[in-house]
This record gives sequence, C-alpha cells and structure tokens, in this order.
Amino acid sequence: MHIQFSALSQNESFARVTVAAFIAQLDPTLDELTEIKTVVSEAVTNAIIHGYEQNPAGIVYISAAIEDDMIDLVIRDNGIGINDIEEARQPLFTTKPELERSGMGFTIMENFMDQIEVESHPGTGTTIRLIKYVTKNKALCN
Amino acid sequence: MSLSIDLEVRQDVLCIRLSGELDHHTSEELKSRVTEAIEKHHILHIIMNLEKLTFMDSSGLGVVLGRYKQIKLKNGEMVVCAITPQVKRLFEMSGLFKIIRLEPSEQFALERLGVA
Repeated sequence: MHIQFSALSQNESFARVTVAAFIAQLDPTLDELTEIKTVVSEAVTNAIIHGYEQNPAGIVYISAAIEDDMIDLVIRDNGIGINDIEEARQPLFTTKPELERSGMGFTIMENFMDQIEVESHPGTGTTIRLIKYVTKNKALCN
Repeated sequence: MSLSIDLEVRQDVLCIRLSGELDHHTSEELKSRVTEAIEKHHILHIIMNLEKLTFMDSSGLGVVLGRYKQIKLKNGEMVVCAITPQVKRLFEMSGLFKIIRLEPSEQFALERLGVA
C-alpha cells in the first residue's frame, strides 16, 4: 500500500487511520492497532514539523506491506534531514521546545515497534522503517 | 476524527474534559483555549479528565507538559483523571506521573483540589 499527502497537520489522522485500516486484515489486537496508529502519527508529525518545517508544499510518503504476521512500514520525507540521528533518538530531546514538542516521538516508536531503522541526510530528507510482528495463535471465538 | 474540548471553571480550578483524538493538529487549539482560560479566569490548578480521549501521541504529552509548566509558575497543581490504559502508557513512558498527580475519577480530583 502506498499513500502520499501534503505536509499538513490535518493529514496526520488520515495517515494513521489509513494504515490502521490496511493492517486490520491481520486481525491485530486493540493494543497493537493503537501502537501502529501512534507510531504512524509520530513519524508523520516529525516529517511535517521537522522535515518540512510545516511547509504544506512538502509531500509525506507512506508505504505499508504485510508479510505473514509482519508489518513493514516506511515513512519518508524529502525535507531538511536530521543532523545527528543518535541525538534525535534520545528521550526528551527536541530541537523545537518553543513548539512544546515533548521529544518522545522516537522513544515511542522504539517502544511500540520491534525494529526501527532511521536513514537521514541533511538536505535530502529522512526515511524511517518500522517493523512489527503481530500476535499469532489467537483464540478462535467461533 | 477531531478533538472536543469542554472547559469548566470552578473557583481557581480549570476542569478540562477531552473527547476524541489529541495529536499535533488538535493540540494547537487545546493550547490556545486553555491558555486563554488560565489568564481570563485567574486559574491556579488544572484537572484533565481524559476518560473519552480515544487517541493521544507525543504531541499530546507536549501540550500537557506545557500547561503544567504554565500553572507551576503560579505554584499550581495539575491532576489527571479517568485515564485510559493506552494514554496511561504514554504518560508512564515519559515520566509525567512524577510531576502530575493521577486520580481515578473527576470527583476524586475535585476533592483533591478542595473544590468538590
């Protein structure tokens, strides 16, 4: 599944709801669904606020794939990029405290997903790959 | 999918009841409405009732922390109540419960601040 949309804050809910609808076919638990929606919201918000600095001309790209019980999400922007990825991933670190950013975005992504890869280059943009395995062997209720 | 904000003033306490989704987009309105109410009604303490908040991300944590700092300057207190397990997880992850008190219901929160 591929979607792309303008870097507008009103598209954040569109992004997380669309990805949640796509992964619903795996019959995830309510917690897993909330985790996926939250990480999509975090990555998309980062792209809009930090990558594009809220310039609506920017485009955010999301790809989602399912392989067995694995969800593979890629969220990409062509924005300003991250200077120091290790620093950006520190809990409570933010470059925009004046915008009341909590600095918890990457920490939440790391906690809610099984794997995270961040690739970023100043001036060319940021790509975040997030992988999660949903619970198998659920009890059947029929 | 948006956020509904209900504000009620009881003496120097502002009771904020949220329903819907609190993200970067909706946090802007919450910030401006609460900031305006704090100044207009000389608010000292805040109660946040999150019973009907169905979604929150780190932008929500930022706006909560921002309001905490605002009333802390006046030596006020912030109490969060009726929190869902999903939202509670984010509060715990960020350590917010070290500075913000949690109560099971709005009634308990009102009693805690002496305006029940």
